[in-house]
Amino acid sequence: MLKRAVFTALALLIAGCSSGSGGTTLTGAGSSFDYPFFSKAFDTYSSQHPDVTVNYQSIGSGGGIQQFIQKTIDFGASDVPMNGDELTRAGQPVIQMPVALGGVVLSYNVNGVPSGLRLDGDAIAGIYLGRIKSWNDPRLKALNPGVNLPNTAIVVVHRSEASGTSYIFTDYLSSVSTEWKTKVGKGKAVSWPASGSVGGKGNEGVAGLIRATPGAIGYVELAYALENNMATAAIKNSSGAWVACSPNTVQAAAASKPNVTNTDFSIVDRPGARSYPISGYSWVMVYTKPADPKRGRMIQNVLQWLDGNQAQQIAASLHYVALPVNVQASAQRALQSMNL
Amino acid sequence: MRRLGARTGSKIVDQIFVAVLLGAAIVFLAIILGLAASLVKGSLPSLRTFGFAFLWTSSWNPVTSIFGALPLIYGTVISSLIATVLAGVFGIFAAVFLSDFAPAFLARPLSFMIELLAAVPSVVFGLWGLFVLAPAMRNTIDPALQRTLGFLPIFSGPSYGVGLLTAGVILALMIIPTVTAISRDVLTTIPADQREASMSLGATKWETMMKVVVPAARAGIFGAIILALGRALGETIATTMVIGNRPEIAVSLFAPSYTLASVIANEFTEATSDIYLSALIELGLLLLIVSVVVNALARILMWSVFRGARSAR
Repeated sequence: MLKRAVFTALALLIAGCSSGSGGTTLTGAGSSFDYPFFSKAFDTYSSQHPDVTVNYQSIGSGGGIQQFIQKTIDFGASDVPMNGDELTRAGQPVIQMPVALGGVVLSYNVNGVPSGLRLDGDAIAGIYLGRIKSWNDPRLKALNPGVNLPNTAIVVVHRSEASGTSYIFTDYLSSVSTEWKTKVGKGKAVSWPASGSVGGKGNEGVAGLIRATPGAIGYVELAYALENNMATAAIKNSSGAWVACSPNTVQAAAASKPNVTNTDFSIVDRPGARSYPISGYSWVMVYTKPADPKRGRMIQNVLQWLDGNQAQQIAASLHYVALPVNVQASAQRALQSMNL
Repeated sequence: MRRLGARTGSKIVDQIFVAVLLGAAIVFLAIILGLAASLVKGSLPSLRTFGFAFLWTSSWNPVTSIFGALPLIYGTVISSLIATVLAGVFGIFAAVFLSDFAPAFLARPLSFMIELLAAVPSVVFGLWGLFVLAPAMRNTIDPALQRTLGFLPIFSGPSYGVGLLTAGVILALMIIPTVTAISRDVLTTIPADQREASMSLGATKWETMMKVVVPAARAGIFGAIILALGRALGETIATTMVIGNRPEIAVSLFAPSYTLASVIANEFTEATSDIYLSALIELGLLLLIVSVVVNALARILMWSVFRGARSAR
């Protein structure tokens, strides 16, 4: 009886393998920010193209770049494009294109201010540098007339692990504050200067700390904030407009700079009446001339689809921000330059 | 003839048996040495760049690639120490209760529950710590400590809920099963004769426990604590969630801190530059060294306690 069951299971397994071997499995690895989007998008792609399966491993951007350089995967994904040093190590031309867009919001826990807090670049930098220590600081009061800000100490919360969200946020702080730029700089992990600042692991860790600590302020991904209905601050952008973070305002900021490249990709602090100032892209990397042209063509097809309307709508349904049409177009052009 | 043959046969079996045992022991030795060697190899770039300054500088700055591990060593050692003291006290009390005082219908389920704690995944402890323990620490426990013991610098300053003390408490909960289970087993092996002799001399049950049974079992209890300490030093995910992740040395136990294991877990996946990666590997090497040193210190302490006891006799 048992024998027969084992035999049947084996037979099923073999049958499963042989039917699967008719298709091709492409592999990618990297950014965990992209993972929910990719897993749904590639699933949809496979249902439309049964001969292609895309296996994406969410191992972190750094790991994705390493694997891509070692050519163990077909494409890599990273929250920050590969830099010159990494491109040299890759040893052959690489195409990098934006695939996903996300905003970073400031959330807070201030007694008596359930919503509607307003901040500008100077105030955010002042808070994160540890210069503004209390919620009733005159600089914050000036930005929030009519709001009764309490005399509560500010507790600065940041991400404890290296992350693309921290990169976008410190990129913003570096562009609005020269002091931040020289003292701290931008990176996925930085040395946070404000004394008594605390690190939470992941969006959920930061959100948990904000919720549990009166006086706390911290940054989380827009998608996470939307799913959890968190209070977020409106931010004054470089055109002097007050902008709340939403998929529309992030898209407006991105659309104002369609030709992003791997050396000029920052979209923080963009001008415009509707441009939310803290946002950034996540990227996909492929070799311009993959070793196997047939496989290369499949990758090209998948990525063209990924930066097209249908996939970007999937992204929007998951609270990512869809790439603006002009950015989609420039990514498509970059993919056309693949040498197959 | 036949008996002789059987004897040589069993001799060969014995030799094979010893060889297998030796092999097993050597494999473990080789794995540990290999681990240490690969950690040293991986940390060479960092060792060359920072030298011994890595041990006593406090900057941890991935942007400028300047790394120093002192606050991380401090956070690791202190959080584990808090955990060991708390788990030691409560764990031994629980073990004494379970071995000698609890009625049988209570002892079994209680032992089972305490051992069940060991089966809870550390991320669950971490989440519970973040959402339940941290607010309780900030709202109730830390203010109470400040009111009563606030004159001590270690209980001063603002409380964020997350910090060294909270991490120590979480770690204590995680290592209590180790302390309790082993101590209880050791206590039950102390012969009943000793208890009866002590009682017949007029000692109370409490005196018998504290002056006869526990001292007789202290080598085993100490072993349990050292084993638990080892787990506390290397714990990663639960600590990360409640310690605040700030590489800074503060006198106050309420302040956020950081541990070696947490930094590695937090930053390893995104470390792309060679020196950054190497500095993280050196943290792994340091964690190994810290574990060895702390273990050695604990053994020396145990040895001196024993010697003291013997000379007093």
